[in-house]
Amino acid sequence: MRTYLEVARATARRMSTYRGATVAGVFTNTVFGFLLAYVLIAVFRERGTVGAFDVADALTFTFVAQGLAMPIGVFGTDHEQAQRIQTGEVAMDLCRPYDYQGWWAAVAYGKASFYLWARGIPPIVVGALAFDLRLPSDPTRWLAFGISVALGIGVAFSVRFLVQLLAFWIVDVRGPSQVVWITGGFLAGMWAPLVLFPDWIEPVVRALPFASMLGLPIEVLLGAHTGADLAGVLALQASWLVVLVSAGRLVLARAERRLVIAGG
Amino acid sequence: MAELAASVSAYRRLVGGRIRADWQYRTAFVVFMLGQALAMTADLGAVGLVFANVDALAGWTGTEVVFLFATSGVSFALADMLVSPVEKVAGHLKAGTFDTFLVRPVGALWQLCGTEFELRRIGRLLQPVVVLAIAVRLLDVDWTPARVLLVAVSLVSGACIFGGIWVLTSSIAFWTVETQEIANSFTYGGSQLTSYPIDVLGAWLRRLAVFVVPLASVSYLPACALLAKPMPFDLPRGAAWTGPAVALLVCLLARAVWREAIRHHRSTGS
Repeated sequence: MRTYLEVARATARRMSTYRGATVAGVFTNTVFGFLLAYVLIAVFRERGTVGAFDVADALTFTFVAQGLAMPIGVFGTDHEQAQRIQTGEVAMDLCRPYDYQGWWAAVAYGKASFYLWARGIPPIVVGALAFDLRLPSDPTRWLAFGISVALGIGVAFSVRFLVQLLAFWIVDVRGPSQVVWITGGFLAGMWAPLVLFPDWIEPVVRALPFASMLGLPIEVLLGAHTGADLAGVLALQASWLVVLVSAGRLVLARAERRLVIAGG
Repeated sequence: MAELAASVSAYRRLVGGRIRADWQYRTAFVVFMLGQALAMTADLGAVGLVFANVDALAGWTGTEVVFLFATSGVSFALADMLVSPVEKVAGHLKAGTFDTFLVRPVGALWQLCGTEFELRRIGRLLQPVVVLAIAVRLLDVDWTPARVLLVAVSLVSGACIFGGIWVLTSSIAFWTVETQEIANSFTYGGSQLTSYPIDVLGAWLRRLAVFVVPLASVSYLPACALLAKPMPFDLPRGAAWTGPAVALLVCLLARAVWREAIRHHRSTGS
């Protein structure tokens, strides 16, 4: 466990050295928050509520989504693992005395722990200065949100892990990765809150793993899920985590059998 | 003039080479193109989600917003295919490979856009073209030659405006290679902004989009004229035709900044 904690800490430190990139990213997330927020304001001007959401819920959803985009990795631009497979460095990774999937999970949580405060808080703060956001004061709500986000980061990691394992079979994973993450980002709620989906498809969207990464944790923060419903959401997230991590291990086992290492 | 001809000819060869190279990996090419098409489709899906809940947005119907989305989308995708490779300048500066462009006797911008050209980006163009064709049919507009011309002129000048913005924001890389993501705010952000009627924006952002970063000239002002919407800030109807002038200004500014950036460039020398 110590090893993984150290890996996570070192990764967070590595991320924190790119200060300019962090500032630029925060700027972009905030700009998109504003652009999406204005469209939503216009929607809620036409009709007061959509589902259980009013305009404050929708705006809060949007800015928190922008803040969580990087911790979750919803743009799917991180291909570190696939690159190491492509170059063959993966052979070294597999020889080392730790669990291969566990190591990349530690990297994912390390990155997320830095992004959560550096990329997560600023867009929400700016959003809250410009609009009326609905951030809860109840600490138990924040605790539930924290658990839900931690599970969401895990679900997103396990999907990213699976997609990048494709590098064992194909040269360039960026194409498939883009297909997965654009679909995923849309279904996770990056473009619009989950309640805007038409009634017939909304339950399907909620059940898919992508909502578990982003949309559901934000709804937990907004208090849309309480009591048994909240337990159900966390259970759904945990189930996806177990299923996808197991799938990752299965695919990894097959990939290892394919790997041919040329000595030299 | 001879210099320009040399640049264009070099550009053509570079692009041809890139297309031949990409075509060697056909599956990757097709999947990549699909990904690009999907990126546009997600944006259209967001418009769909909005109109699944409301009949009109700030006085614009779904079809009208889709028309706006498609004109902005075509312009953006053209710029994305032809000019966005300039973004790669940051990587070349970091690796020190930008210098190879400077020692050759053709324009660095042409070489950069040619070397990094990716045909797969055409996937981004196909979808808004189809959507535009459909929206044009659905709209209740009498398509006189002048109106058709207005759409054509707007598409081209929109592409030039986005292209200029790409060059401008990529030039930042000559001062700092880390802050590339700022560019996304203006390029992808600009695409998002021009896909919806700017009436939805707050007043300050609306003013910014009409007068400062003139994105309104891409799709919004022409659409206002075509669909008989009130012009923003009581501008005259003729403002719908400002696209080419704005495009020229943006491109001249981009050229000046790009040249200044290259002059500022200090090679690592190693």
